[in-house]
Amino acid sequence: MLQKTYENIDSIGRAILGIKAKDVHNKELAEVIYPDGQKAFAQVIALDGDQVTLQLFGGGFGVSTDCKIRFLGKPVQVGFSDDMLGRVYSGNGQPIDGGPELLSDMVRVAGPSINPVKRLIPKDMIRTGVPMIDVFNTLVRSQKIPIFAKAGEPYNRLLANIATQTDADVIIIGGVGLKYDEFHYFRQRIEEAGSKSKTIMFVHTHRDSIVEGLMVPDLALAVAEQFALQGKNVFVLLSDMTQWSDYLRQVANAQDQIPANQGYPGDLYSQLASRYEKAADIEGAGSLTILGVTTMDDVTHPVPDNTGYITEGQFYMKDGYLELFGSLSRLKQQVNDRTRPDHRSIMNAMARLLSEAEERVKAQKFGSVKDDYSLRLLDYRKTFQKELMDPFRYLELEDALDLCWDTLAQHFKKEEVGLSSKLIEEYWPEKGKFKILKEMTHE
Amino acid sequence: MMQKAKGKVVSVNESLVGAKTTEGSVMNGEVAYIVIEDGKRLKSEVIDVKPDDMVYLQVFEDTSWMKVGDLVEFSGLPLAVKLGPGILGSVTDGLQNPLYELAKKEWFLERGLVVEPLDTTIKWHFTPSVQKGDLATGGTVLGSVPEKLFQHKIFVPFSIQGGHTIEQIAPEGDYTVDEPIAVIKDTMGKSIELKMVFEWPVKKPMPFNERSVPVNPMPTGIRILDALFPIAYGGTACNPGPFGAGKTVLQHSLARHSQADVVIIAACGERAGEAVEVFKDFPELIDPRTGKSLMDRTYIVGNTSSMPVAAREASVYMATTVGEYYRKQGLNVLILADSTSRWAQALRETSGRKEEIPGPEAFPMYISTLISAFYDRAGIELLPDGKTGSLSIIGTVSPAGGNFDEPVTQATLLSTGAFWGLSRALSDARKYPAIDRIDSNSKYPSLLNRDEVSFLLELLRDGKTIASNIILMGEKGITDEAYIRYQKAELLDAVFLQQNSFHEVDGVTTPDRLRAMFTMVKEIIDTTVGVKGKEEIRSHFNFIRQAFLDWNYLKPDEEGFEKQKMKLVNLVKQREHVAENV
Repeated sequence: MLQKTYENIDSIGRAILGIKAKDVHNKELAEVIYPDGQKAFAQVIALDGDQVTLQLFGGGFGVSTDCKIRFLGKPVQVGFSDDMLGRVYSGNGQPIDGGPELLSDMVRVAGPSINPVKRLIPKDMIRTGVPMIDVFNTLVRSQKIPIFAKAGEPYNRLLANIATQTDADVIIIGGVGLKYDEFHYFRQRIEEAGSKSKTIMFVHTHRDSIVEGLMVPDLALAVAEQFALQGKNVFVLLSDMTQWSDYLRQVANAQDQIPANQGYPGDLYSQLASRYEKAADIEGAGSLTILGVTTMDDVTHPVPDNTGYITEGQFYMKDGYLELFGSLSRLKQQVNDRTRPDHRSIMNAMARLLSEAEERVKAQKFGSVKDDYSLRLLDYRKTFQKELMDPFRYLELEDALDLCWDTLAQHFKKEEVGLSSKLIEEYWPEKGKFKILKEMTHE
Repeated sequence: MMQKAKGKVVSVNESLVGAKTTEGSVMNGEVAYIVIEDGKRLKSEVIDVKPDDMVYLQVFEDTSWMKVGDLVEFSGLPLAVKLGPGILGSVTDGLQNPLYELAKKEWFLERGLVVEPLDTTIKWHFTPSVQKGDLATGGTVLGSVPEKLFQHKIFVPFSIQGGHTIEQIAPEGDYTVDEPIAVIKDTMGKSIELKMVFEWPVKKPMPFNERSVPVNPMPTGIRILDALFPIAYGGTACNPGPFGAGKTVLQHSLARHSQADVVIIAACGERAGEAVEVFKDFPELIDPRTGKSLMDRTYIVGNTSSMPVAAREASVYMATTVGEYYRKQGLNVLILADSTSRWAQALRETSGRKEEIPGPEAFPMYISTLISAFYDRAGIELLPDGKTGSLSIIGTVSPAGGNFDEPVTQATLLSTGAFWGLSRALSDARKYPAIDRIDSNSKYPSLLNRDEVSFLLELLRDGKTIASNIILMGEKGITDEAYIRYQKAELLDAVFLQQNSFHEVDGVTTPDRLRAMFTMVKEIIDTTVGVKGKEEIRSHFNFIRQAFLDWNYLKPDEEGFEKQKMKLVNLVKQREHVAENV
């Protein structure tokens, strides 16, 4: 296709450039050519007569009115090949690990969604070894689920754990707004776990332009989707989607879009959804699972709020623990009836008792808790937190379930836990016969 | 006849495209096709006509690769839905393209793909009910064909006005929706050929033959709704809630168990996976009331969250128009619109791009008018043959931050007859359905009588007050009498209002069983408890709760059902007996 070069740049902003040009396609890829011959990518995002608006992948800083814009006659694409495994790429799809550029097929980015009838009902549990996930909010293949946490919580460590402790065929890490040490941490963990040869990283750090950051999820998901279509089970990690939303807000703002809530554009929901909805278990092919990070202070903030309506639950991390309340796996019902016969019942019983204990915590503040049962509930809550809520304690599901029984037996009488007699007969551990929990004796 | 317009694209901003017409006249709301470089025709709708031949289009597909100067072909017709036999059991996108047919062409929802909405290969067995020479007008029944569970009436299109006579009518036999089945003639002698299918513009409400007021409760199988906050046939309900409070599970339960003849699910801007669960599970599930597959009474319109935003609005209106059509068939139709907030957000996106002056939270000023007009399409219709049809709408709302004080929730509350507010506190406590027991309401009659409803609500309010006293003062700070009242409220909640929607038996409660359960609950509430001491009182109610829950999980014809009931009654009575002897 004929490539046309224009030099009538009208305006240059932080991320947006305006130019007069003809015969330009919406969403077409373009190059900014600097006077010294250097190049950077840009993409058409709006057309109005001969006025073309472009989004600058490298940002607007340093772009001058004597730069030229060449329209490349093709949409934004990303390379795709098996040789990408083990490599690290930037938010514009270039390798940044010092390795060679690859000749590979190009695939479209941000393509249409898969026809819902080609989706399978999710049915396979992903074992993570994290008790709060495996027992209480089971992760399911093809699920899309973020970790909600304050900045500074060890969410990236948990992401790395889950990615390396599961049986994914391919791991794709999309880092948006990573600090350099976080990037380094991911790389190190992947290498230590021996997972490098099945991992691809797309990384945007704080020194790169926000537009590159915006591109990361699309590149990561486009490549992941190709692997999934080839029959692979792909795990995509996206950290941090709050930063991504912030970049979206900045670009929308630069385009003078009318903001909806807290300055975010009105299409924040649709923008997030079109990424997360790439998660799918595809009929006759593989699957794509998305585990994200959404940093937040308050769950009603527009980013976690919109995310929660899109994703299939969330893991709620607080003070280094994975919380029971607030966390949810919408797909757990699909799988937790096929693990062990006591799984659902003990999960519910543990949650109900913890909820009762939380009531007592409130009451305790008024000094009104004195009865024996309430005091035992409060002790139960302590054991629960210490033994089960640590996201970095590795336990097989069966051990974690046994630990739940031990915990109940430590603090309650059989008739207090609301479980069927049949299950109690089979699983209730007698004192001195705990399988996992170190028994406390206080006579 | 208006001359169809042609034009050229002059601006592209995501789904909003500006065009200048070069010939013909343009109608607001008409469909236009934008022909892009590869020849694909992208469907759009005129949403604004401006000076200097400018027209704004909202495009129902991705606008990538569109150019200034691309050809725009106007259709002269508003966005319409095809109505006829074959809709039930199908799954379409927001523009009525059947998804299973699309999947045969491409795995992904590629733009520009179009498939006939109604299968043109199926032969329907048509039985005429008119004869040559009979009078006919819009709405006259020409005959019927069997569709799934009922006789589908074939109408003279509702758009036809004035007196006509039947000139030809097809004899009984098998026809496709493409074949002519009648010719009618107007008074001027002009003939019109009719098929079993016709079109109706989605944004134009079908006129009621005669409208009536919703008064009969529609059993949903969900106890808290049927008892306390019912919806009526022809009624409307607003179901807002923060994420994770159980909207989806509630919607699925309503889709499965509501006693409607036809259920239409408008999956508007929500997760694809949820629609998939419905259309992959329903064909396997048997509707106990018909003995047939649940899918036979279901139609799903899926414009899920990653599909083109502009088509969300179309999907909601399409569902409604199909609903009105089946109401005209004399059926009870239920529409589950999930979620109306996503539709409102789509309007907000377009409004923002048009640079309209924004209302609260940047929603367009006219949002409340659109919402009210949408719910007004529900209702009871008295049909010419003396039968009744109804259309009920349950709209979920996804308020930002779970705060009901936002424009979409507020506008919906003004337009609907029942309010089911989902509460995060209840769902955190695993009290499902997490419908707020105190703040929800309904203006429709319940399966219980009015006094019985007040009786339950009063206990719930008392329970809430006492619970907050317990937190402040501890159990010791309140009297045994108050504690018993509190335990009764807790019991009512645990055994009657809470329901395990994943359980085969407990997940759905018939009106008869609801009555039986209520009688038992009332017995418990009315029984004076003589037990003394908080520990003993709690234990007393724990036993009753356990026995009641066990009873809930048994089928009435199951062995042990009566035994369990006796056990429960004895628990209630025996304690009283013991107490009297103390």
